[in-house]
Amino acid sequence: MDLFTHKTAISALLGKIKSLTRSRSSPIRVMEVCGTHTMTVHRYGLKTLLRESGVDMISGPGCPVCITPNEYHEAAIRLVTEREGLILATFGDMTRVPTRTGALQTAVPAPRSAVRVVYSPEESLTLAGKEAGKDVVFFGTGFETTIPSIALMARKARQAGLRNYAVLAALWTIPPPLRAVLESGEVRLSGFLYPGHVSAIIGTAPYEFVAREFGLPGAVAGFEPADILLAILSILEQIEDGRPRVANAYGRVVRPEGNPAARAVMDDILEPADAHWRGLGRIPRSGLILKPDYAGVDAVRKYGLDLAAGSEDLPGCRCGEVLRGVAAPPECRHFAKTCSPDSPRGPCMVSYEGACFVHFKYRDVGYG
Amino acid sequence: MGAENSVCLGIPVKVVELDPSGESGKVDYLGTRVQTGFALLPGIELGDWVIVHAGFAISRLDEEEARETLDLLREIVEKSENDGSFHP
Repeated sequence: MDLFTHKTAISALLGKIKSLTRSRSSPIRVMEVCGTHTMTVHRYGLKTLLRESGVDMISGPGCPVCITPNEYHEAAIRLVTEREGLILATFGDMTRVPTRTGALQTAVPAPRSAVRVVYSPEESLTLAGKEAGKDVVFFGTGFETTIPSIALMARKARQAGLRNYAVLAALWTIPPPLRAVLESGEVRLSGFLYPGHVSAIIGTAPYEFVAREFGLPGAVAGFEPADILLAILSILEQIEDGRPRVANAYGRVVRPEGNPAARAVMDDILEPADAHWRGLGRIPRSGLILKPDYAGVDAVRKYGLDLAAGSEDLPGCRCGEVLRGVAAPPECRHFAKTCSPDSPRGPCMVSYEGACFVHFKYRDVGYG
Repeated sequence: MGAENSVCLGIPVKVVELDPSGESGKVDYLGTRVQTGFALLPGIELGDWVIVHAGFAISRLDEEEARETLDLLREIVEKSENDGSFHP
Protein backbone atom coordinates (compact mmCIF):
# COMPACT_ATOMS: atom_id res chain seq x y z
CA MET A 1 0.00 0.00 0.00
CA ASP A 2 1.09 3.56 -0.59
CA LEU A 3 1.20 5.12 2.84
CA PHE A 4 1.51 8.62 1.40
CA THR A 5 -2.01 8.50 0.00
CA HIS A 6 -3.49 5.76 2.20
CA LYS A 7 -6.86 6.65 3.62
CA THR A 8 -6.09 5.32 7.08
CA ALA A 9 -2.88 7.34 7.20
CA ILE A 10 -4.72 10.49 6.09
CA SER A 11 -7.47 9.97 8.66
CA ALA A 12 -4.96 9.28 11.42
CA LEU A 13 -2.95 12.39 10.57
CA LEU A 14 -6.08 14.52 10.45
CA GLY A 15 -7.04 13.11 13.82
CA LYS A 16 -3.69 14.18 15.27
CA ILE A 17 -4.07 17.64 13.73
CA LYS A 18 -7.56 17.97 15.20
CA SER A 19 -6.34 17.01 18.67
CA LEU A 20 -3.82 19.87 18.49
CA THR A 21 -6.28 22.51 17.25
CA ARG A 22 -9.19 21.49 19.52
CA SER A 23 -8.39 23.98 22.26
CA ARG A 24 -8.01 26.91 19.87
CA SER A 25 -10.77 29.46 19.45
CA SER A 26 -10.09 30.05 15.75
CA PRO A 27 -8.51 28.01 12.95
CA ILE A 28 -4.78 28.34 12.33
CA ARG A 29 -3.97 29.86 8.95
CA VAL A 30 -1.24 28.28 6.83
CA MET A 31 -0.07 29.77 3.54
CA GLU A 32 1.24 27.48 0.83
CA VAL A 33 3.58 29.12 -1.69
CA CYS A 34 3.78 26.42 -4.30
CA GLY A 35 1.21 25.72 -6.98
CA THR A 36 1.81 21.99 -6.75
CA HIS A 37 0.91 22.11 -3.04
CA THR A 38 -2.27 23.99 -3.94
CA MET A 39 -2.97 21.15 -6.35
CA THR A 40 -2.48 18.39 -3.75
CA VAL A 41 -4.51 20.25 -1.13
CA HIS A 42 -7.48 20.48 -3.51
CA ARG A 43 -7.18 17.29 -5.51
CA TYR A 44 -7.47 15.13 -2.42
CA GLY A 45 -10.10 17.26 -0.75
CA LEU A 46 -7.66 18.22 2.00
CA LYS A 47 -8.85 21.83 1.90
CA THR A 48 -12.22 20.86 3.37
CA LEU A 49 -10.88 18.12 5.64
CA LEU A 50 -8.29 20.50 7.07
CA ARG A 51 -10.86 23.22 7.64
CA GLU A 52 -12.91 20.69 9.62
CA SER A 53 -9.73 19.95 11.58
CA GLY A 54 -9.03 23.58 12.48
CA VAL A 55 -6.62 24.54 9.70
CA ASP A 56 -7.34 27.06 6.94
CA MET A 57 -5.11 26.78 3.88
CA ILE A 58 -4.39 30.04 2.03
CA SER A 59 -2.72 30.13 -1.37
CA GLY A 60 0.13 32.60 -1.77
CA PRO A 61 2.39 33.70 -4.63
CA GLY A 62 3.38 30.15 -5.62
CA CYS A 63 2.74 30.14 -9.35
CA PRO A 64 5.44 31.61 -11.59
CA VAL A 65 3.16 32.02 -14.60
CA CYS A 66 0.72 33.95 -12.40
CA ILE A 67 3.15 36.33 -10.77
CA THR A 68 4.89 37.21 -14.07
CA PRO A 69 3.55 40.73 -14.64
CA ASN A 70 1.83 41.95 -17.80
CA GLU A 71 4.88 43.82 -19.12
CA TYR A 72 6.67 40.51 -19.74
CA HIS A 73 3.72 38.92 -21.51
CA GLU A 74 3.25 42.07 -23.58
CA ALA A 75 6.94 42.32 -24.46
CA ALA A 76 6.75 38.71 -25.71
CA ILE A 77 3.65 39.53 -27.77
CA ARG A 78 5.38 42.58 -29.28
CA LEU A 79 8.45 40.50 -30.17
CA VAL A 80 6.53 37.92 -32.17
CA THR A 81 4.07 40.33 -33.78
CA GLU A 82 6.56 43.05 -34.72
CA ARG A 83 9.71 41.12 -35.69
CA GLU A 84 9.92 39.02 -38.82
CA GLY A 85 11.49 35.57 -38.67
CA LEU A 86 11.29 35.18 -34.90
CA ILE A 87 10.17 32.09 -33.04
CA LEU A 88 8.87 32.74 -29.56
CA ALA A 89 9.22 29.48 -27.62
CA THR A 90 7.56 29.11 -24.24
CA PHE A 91 5.64 26.81 -21.91
CA GLY A 92 2.03 26.09 -22.89
CA ASP A 93 0.29 28.01 -20.14
CA MET A 94 2.34 31.14 -20.87
CA THR A 95 0.73 31.37 -24.30
CA ARG A 96 -2.76 31.63 -22.82
CA VAL A 97 -2.25 34.48 -20.31
CA PRO A 98 -4.70 37.22 -21.32
CA THR A 99 -3.63 40.86 -21.36
CA ARG A 100 -5.20 44.03 -22.73
CA THR A 101 -3.07 43.46 -25.82
CA GLY A 102 -4.27 39.88 -26.23
CA ALA A 103 -2.52 36.58 -25.54
CA LEU A 104 0.45 34.95 -27.26
CA GLN A 105 -1.80 32.11 -28.38
CA THR A 106 -4.07 34.40 -30.40
CA ALA A 107 -1.48 37.00 -31.45
CA VAL A 108 -0.93 37.25 -35.20
CA PRO A 109 2.81 36.76 -35.72
CA ALA A 110 4.82 38.84 -38.15
CA PRO A 111 5.80 37.14 -41.46
CA ARG A 112 7.92 33.98 -40.87
CA SER A 113 7.40 34.35 -37.13
CA ALA A 114 5.58 31.95 -34.81
CA VAL A 115 4.79 31.03 -31.23
CA ARG A 116 5.93 27.53 -30.34
CA VAL A 117 5.07 25.60 -27.18
CA VAL A 118 8.01 23.73 -25.66
CA TYR A 119 8.01 21.23 -22.83
CA SER A 120 11.50 21.92 -21.55
CA PRO A 121 14.06 24.72 -21.88
CA GLU A 122 16.33 22.29 -23.76
CA GLU A 123 13.76 21.99 -26.53
CA SER A 124 14.02 25.71 -27.25
CA LEU A 125 17.76 25.37 -27.74
CA THR A 126 17.29 22.45 -30.13
CA LEU A 127 14.83 24.63 -32.04
CA ALA A 128 17.49 27.33 -32.48
CA GLY A 129 19.83 24.72 -34.01
CA LYS A 130 17.16 23.64 -36.49
CA GLU A 131 15.91 27.12 -37.41
CA ALA A 132 19.24 28.62 -38.37
CA GLY A 133 17.64 31.37 -40.48
CA LYS A 134 15.43 32.60 -37.67
CA ASP A 135 15.81 34.06 -34.22
CA VAL A 136 14.58 31.89 -31.37
CA VAL A 137 13.57 33.55 -28.10
CA PHE A 138 12.84 31.32 -25.13
CA PHE A 139 10.36 33.08 -22.83
CA GLY A 140 11.11 31.21 -19.64
CA THR A 141 9.55 31.77 -16.27
CA GLY A 142 10.17 29.98 -13.02
CA PHE A 143 11.22 29.92 -9.41
CA GLU A 144 14.46 28.42 -8.09
CA THR A 145 13.34 24.95 -9.21
CA THR A 146 13.38 25.90 -12.89
CA ILE A 147 15.90 28.76 -12.85
CA PRO A 148 19.06 26.61 -13.00
CA SER A 149 17.80 24.80 -16.13
CA ILE A 150 16.95 28.09 -17.83
CA ALA A 151 20.34 29.54 -16.85
CA LEU A 152 22.06 26.49 -18.36
CA MET A 153 20.43 27.27 -21.73
CA ALA A 154 22.01 30.72 -21.71
CA ARG A 155 25.39 29.17 -20.93
CA LYS A 156 25.08 26.45 -23.58
CA ALA A 157 24.00 28.96 -26.25
CA ARG A 158 26.90 31.24 -25.42
CA GLN A 159 29.40 28.39 -25.41
CA ALA A 160 28.11 27.08 -28.73
CA GLY A 161 28.22 30.58 -30.21
CA LEU A 162 24.53 30.31 -31.17
CA ARG A 163 23.81 33.81 -32.44
CA ASN A 164 20.11 33.24 -33.11
CA TYR A 165 19.14 32.28 -29.56
CA ALA A 166 18.13 34.44 -26.61
CA VAL A 167 16.28 34.05 -23.35
CA LEU A 168 13.51 36.33 -22.13
CA ALA A 169 14.11 35.52 -18.48
CA ALA A 170 11.20 36.02 -16.09
CA LEU A 171 12.89 34.52 -13.05
CA TRP A 172 11.68 34.96 -9.49
CA THR A 173 13.04 33.91 -6.10
CA ILE A 174 10.71 32.74 -3.34
CA PRO A 175 12.06 34.15 -0.05
CA PRO A 176 11.63 37.90 -0.82
CA PRO A 177 7.85 37.74 -1.47
CA LEU A 178 7.39 35.87 1.83
CA ARG A 179 8.92 38.88 3.53
CA ALA A 180 6.71 41.19 1.45
CA VAL A 181 3.57 39.28 2.47
CA LEU A 182 4.57 39.41 6.16
CA GLU A 183 5.63 43.06 6.12
CA SER A 184 2.41 44.19 4.46
CA GLY A 185 0.47 42.76 7.41
CA GLU A 186 -2.52 42.36 5.07
CA VAL A 187 -3.09 38.73 5.83
CA ARG A 188 -2.98 37.04 9.22
CA LEU A 189 -0.88 33.87 9.11
CA SER A 190 0.10 31.17 11.60
CA GLY A 191 2.78 29.58 9.44
CA PHE A 192 4.15 28.72 6.01
CA LEU A 193 4.20 25.50 4.08
CA TYR A 194 7.52 25.92 2.27
CA PRO A 195 7.77 24.64 -1.32
CA GLY A 196 9.34 21.21 -1.82
CA HIS A 197 11.32 21.51 -5.01
CA VAL A 198 12.33 25.15 -4.62
CA SER A 199 13.81 24.03 -1.30
CA ALA A 200 15.60 21.13 -3.00
CA ILE A 201 17.66 23.87 -4.66
CA ILE A 202 17.93 26.59 -1.98
CA GLY A 203 17.82 24.46 1.17
CA THR A 204 16.20 25.62 4.41
CA ALA A 205 18.41 28.54 5.53
CA PRO A 206 16.77 31.21 3.28
CA TYR A 207 13.49 30.86 5.24
CA GLU A 208 15.03 31.27 8.68
CA PHE A 209 14.22 34.99 8.80
CA VAL A 210 10.51 34.06 8.96
CA ALA A 211 10.98 32.34 12.33
CA ARG A 212 13.66 34.72 13.59
CA GLU A 213 12.15 38.08 12.62
CA PHE A 214 8.45 37.30 12.46
CA GLY A 215 8.19 34.44 14.97
CA LEU A 216 6.30 32.31 12.50
CA PRO A 217 6.66 28.52 12.20
CA GLY A 218 7.02 26.71 8.92
CA ALA A 219 7.83 23.39 7.32
CA VAL A 220 9.10 22.25 3.94
CA ALA A 221 6.56 19.83 2.50
CA GLY A 222 6.49 17.18 -0.20
CA PHE A 223 3.60 16.68 -2.59
CA GLU A 224 1.70 13.64 -1.39
CA PRO A 225 -1.29 14.20 0.91
CA ALA A 226 0.57 12.68 3.88
CA ASP A 227 3.55 14.97 3.19
CA ILE A 228 1.33 18.04 3.47
CA LEU A 229 -0.30 16.78 6.66
CA LEU A 230 3.04 15.89 8.27
CA ALA A 231 4.26 19.42 7.57
CA ILE A 232 1.11 20.93 9.07
CA LEU A 233 1.54 18.73 12.14
CA SER A 234 5.06 20.10 12.50
CA ILE A 235 3.74 23.67 12.27
CA LEU A 236 1.18 22.90 15.00
CA GLU A 237 3.85 21.35 17.21
CA GLN A 238 6.00 24.46 16.76
CA ILE A 239 3.06 26.65 17.79
CA GLU A 240 2.43 24.36 20.76
CA ASP A 241 5.97 24.48 22.14
CA GLY A 242 6.45 28.15 21.23
CA ARG A 243 9.61 27.52 19.22
CA PRO A 244 9.11 28.57 15.60
CA ARG A 245 11.70 27.24 13.16
CA VAL A 246 12.12 25.89 9.63
CA ALA A 247 11.27 22.20 9.79
CA ASN A 248 12.00 19.85 6.94
CA ALA A 249 9.16 17.38 6.42
CA TYR A 250 10.48 16.38 2.98
CA GLY A 251 13.87 15.02 3.98
CA ARG A 252 13.85 12.33 1.32
CA VAL A 253 14.29 15.01 -1.36
CA VAL A 254 15.37 18.23 0.39
CA ARG A 255 18.82 18.54 2.00
CA PRO A 256 19.30 21.36 4.51
CA GLU A 257 21.97 22.81 2.23
CA GLY A 258 19.89 22.40 -0.93
CA ASN A 259 21.65 21.65 -4.20
CA PRO A 260 24.98 23.56 -4.25
CA ALA A 261 25.80 22.58 -7.86
CA ALA A 262 22.54 24.05 -9.13
CA ARG A 263 23.08 27.23 -7.11
CA ALA A 264 26.61 27.55 -8.51
CA VAL A 265 25.12 27.54 -12.03
CA MET A 266 22.68 30.27 -11.00
CA ASP A 267 25.39 32.39 -9.34
CA ASP A 268 27.67 32.05 -12.34
CA ILE A 269 25.14 33.23 -14.92
CA LEU A 270 22.59 35.37 -13.08
CA GLU A 271 22.48 38.24 -10.62
CA PRO A 272 19.75 39.55 -8.32
CA ALA A 273 17.62 42.52 -9.34
CA ASP A 274 14.56 44.31 -8.01
CA ALA A 275 11.53 42.81 -9.67
CA HIS A 276 7.86 43.50 -10.16
CA TRP A 277 5.46 40.76 -9.08
CA ARG A 278 1.84 40.72 -10.16
CA GLY A 279 -0.23 41.67 -7.12
CA LEU A 280 2.77 42.24 -4.86
CA GLY A 281 4.42 45.13 -6.68
CA ARG A 282 8.13 45.86 -6.73
CA ILE A 283 10.14 43.68 -4.33
CA PRO A 284 13.84 44.36 -3.73
CA ARG A 285 16.23 41.71 -5.09
CA SER A 286 13.40 39.28 -5.81
CA GLY A 287 14.30 38.54 -9.41
CA LEU A 288 17.30 37.22 -11.29
CA ILE A 289 18.62 38.67 -14.54
CA LEU A 290 21.40 37.56 -16.86
CA LYS A 291 24.83 38.97 -16.02
CA PRO A 292 26.38 41.44 -18.54
CA ASP A 293 28.64 38.62 -19.84
CA TYR A 294 25.48 37.04 -21.19
CA ALA A 295 24.13 40.16 -22.92
CA GLY A 296 24.32 38.38 -26.30
CA VAL A 297 21.76 35.77 -25.21
CA ASP A 298 19.63 38.14 -23.13
CA ALA A 299 16.47 39.04 -25.08
CA VAL A 300 15.97 42.19 -23.02
CA ARG A 301 19.31 43.64 -24.11
CA LYS A 302 19.40 42.07 -27.57
CA TYR A 303 16.05 43.53 -28.63
CA GLY A 304 15.96 46.53 -26.30
CA LEU A 305 12.75 45.32 -24.66
CA ASP A 306 10.83 47.80 -22.54
CA LEU A 307 9.75 46.14 -19.30
CA ALA A 308 9.05 49.38 -17.48
CA ALA A 309 5.27 49.18 -17.43
CA GLY A 310 2.59 46.76 -18.50
CA SER A 311 -1.07 47.47 -19.01
CA GLU A 312 -3.71 47.10 -16.32
CA ASP A 313 -5.22 43.69 -15.58
CA LEU A 314 -8.46 42.83 -17.35
CA PRO A 315 -11.42 44.54 -15.65
CA GLY A 316 -12.52 42.86 -12.45
CA CYS A 317 -9.67 40.32 -12.33
CA ARG A 318 -8.56 39.76 -8.72
CA CYS A 319 -5.57 37.54 -9.52
CA GLY A 320 -3.27 40.04 -7.78
CA GLU A 321 -5.25 39.80 -4.54
CA VAL A 322 -5.39 36.01 -4.84
CA LEU A 323 -1.59 35.92 -5.13
CA ARG A 324 -1.25 37.94 -1.91
CA GLY A 325 -3.63 35.62 -0.07
CA VAL A 326 -6.01 38.53 0.48
CA ALA A 327 -8.82 37.06 -1.62
CA ALA A 328 -9.79 33.44 -2.16
CA PRO A 329 -10.73 32.58 -5.77
CA PRO A 330 -14.44 31.95 -5.04
CA GLU A 331 -14.67 35.47 -3.60
CA CYS A 332 -14.15 36.93 -7.07
CA ARG A 333 -17.45 37.72 -8.76
CA HIS A 334 -16.11 36.39 -12.06
CA PHE A 335 -15.00 33.03 -10.67
CA ALA A 336 -16.67 30.11 -12.48
CA LYS A 337 -19.11 32.58 -14.04
CA THR A 338 -17.39 34.92 -16.44
CA CYS A 339 -13.93 33.45 -15.79
CA SER A 340 -13.04 29.80 -16.36
CA PRO A 341 -10.09 27.87 -17.81
CA ASP A 342 -11.74 28.07 -21.26
CA SER A 343 -12.09 31.82 -21.06
CA PRO A 344 -9.76 33.14 -18.35
CA ARG A 345 -9.58 36.75 -17.22
CA GLY A 346 -6.17 36.39 -15.66
CA PRO A 347 -3.23 34.02 -15.27
CA CYS A 348 -4.49 32.56 -11.95
CA MET A 349 -7.21 30.84 -14.03
CA VAL A 350 -4.78 29.89 -16.82
CA SER A 351 -1.89 28.14 -15.14
CA TYR A 352 -2.19 24.57 -13.94
CA GLU A 353 -0.62 25.84 -10.74
CA GLY A 354 -2.85 28.89 -10.49
CA ALA A 355 -5.09 29.10 -7.42
CA CYS A 356 -8.17 29.98 -9.48
CA PHE A 357 -7.59 27.11 -11.91
CA VAL A 358 -7.08 24.63 -9.08
CA HIS A 359 -10.15 25.87 -7.16
CA PHE A 360 -12.16 25.62 -10.38
CA LYS A 361 -10.98 22.16 -11.33
CA TYR A 362 -11.48 20.59 -7.91
CA ARG A 363 -14.43 22.64 -6.68
CA ASP A 364 -16.57 19.57 -5.98
CA VAL A 365 -13.92 17.28 -4.55
CA GLY A 366 -14.20 15.62 -1.18
CA TYR A 367 -11.88 12.86 -0.05
CA GLY A 368 -13.70 9.64 -0.71
CA MET B 1 5.35 23.82 -15.00
CA GLY B 2 2.09 22.00 -14.81
CA ALA B 3 0.40 18.67 -14.96
CA GLU B 4 -0.31 19.42 -18.61
CA ASN B 5 3.20 19.16 -19.95
CA SER B 6 4.96 17.01 -17.35
CA VAL B 7 7.77 19.53 -17.10
CA CYS B 8 7.87 18.61 -13.44
CA LEU B 9 7.59 14.84 -13.14
CA GLY B 10 7.30 15.37 -9.40
CA ILE B 11 7.75 11.76 -8.40
CA PRO B 12 11.11 10.02 -7.97
CA VAL B 13 12.30 8.30 -11.15
CA LYS B 14 15.14 5.84 -11.69
CA VAL B 15 18.24 6.59 -13.75
CA VAL B 16 18.44 3.83 -16.40
CA GLU B 17 20.96 5.23 -18.90
CA LEU B 18 24.02 7.36 -18.44
CA ASP B 19 25.98 9.02 -21.28
CA PRO B 20 29.78 8.74 -21.06
CA SER B 21 29.98 12.47 -20.21
CA GLY B 22 27.76 11.89 -17.18
CA GLU B 23 25.94 15.10 -18.13
CA SER B 24 22.83 13.43 -19.49
CA GLY B 25 21.03 10.13 -19.85
CA LYS B 26 17.62 8.61 -19.43
CA VAL B 27 15.24 8.02 -16.55
CA ASP B 28 12.38 5.56 -16.38
CA TYR B 29 9.11 7.45 -15.98
CA LEU B 30 6.22 4.98 -15.61
CA GLY B 31 7.81 2.66 -18.16
CA THR B 32 8.92 5.35 -20.60
CA ARG B 33 12.58 6.28 -21.05
CA VAL B 34 12.87 10.04 -20.82
CA GLN B 35 15.93 12.05 -21.86
CA THR B 36 17.21 13.92 -18.81
CA GLY B 37 20.04 16.32 -18.04
CA PHE B 38 22.32 15.59 -15.10
CA ALA B 39 24.41 18.77 -15.26
CA LEU B 40 22.81 20.08 -12.05
CA LEU B 41 23.48 16.90 -10.08
CA PRO B 42 27.11 15.80 -10.32
CA GLY B 43 28.11 12.21 -9.57
CA ILE B 44 24.88 10.61 -10.74
CA GLU B 45 24.99 6.80 -11.02
CA LEU B 46 22.86 4.19 -12.74
CA GLY B 47 20.08 3.08 -10.44
CA ASP B 48 19.89 6.38 -8.54
CA TRP B 49 16.39 7.67 -7.81
CA VAL B 50 16.05 11.34 -8.70
CA ILE B 51 13.51 14.17 -8.92
CA VAL B 52 13.36 15.66 -12.44
CA HIS B 53 12.19 19.16 -13.19
CA ALA B 54 12.16 20.95 -16.57
CA GLY B 55 14.24 18.17 -18.09
CA PHE B 56 16.95 18.18 -15.44
CA ALA B 57 17.50 16.02 -12.37
CA ILE B 58 17.55 18.41 -9.39
CA SER B 59 17.72 16.12 -6.38
CA ARG B 60 18.67 12.57 -5.44
CA LEU B 61 16.26 10.58 -3.29
CA ASP B 62 17.62 9.77 0.15
CA GLU B 63 16.38 6.23 0.78
CA GLU B 64 17.17 6.36 4.49
CA GLU B 65 15.03 9.49 4.91
CA ALA B 66 12.25 7.98 2.78
CA ARG B 67 12.24 4.89 5.00
CA GLU B 68 12.06 7.01 8.15
CA THR B 69 9.01 8.90 6.87
CA LEU B 70 7.32 5.62 5.90
CA ASP B 71 8.06 4.14 9.32
CA LEU B 72 6.58 7.22 10.97
CA LEU B 73 3.43 6.95 8.86
CA ARG B 74 3.14 3.23 9.58
CA GLU B 75 3.45 3.94 13.28
CA ILE B 76 0.73 6.62 13.14
CA VAL B 77 -1.60 4.24 11.27
CA GLU B 78 -1.02 1.33 13.65
CA LYS B 79 -1.46 3.50 16.70
CA SER B 80 -4.72 4.95 15.46
CA GLU B 81 -6.07 1.47 14.59
CA ASN B 82 -5.13 0.12 18.00
CA ASP B 83 -6.47 2.92 20.16
CA GLY B 84 -9.76 2.97 18.28
CA SER B 85 -9.50 6.61 17.18
CA PHE B 86 -9.82 5.53 13.55
CA HIS B 87 -13.30 4.72 12.29
CA PRO B 88 -13.30 3.52 8.71
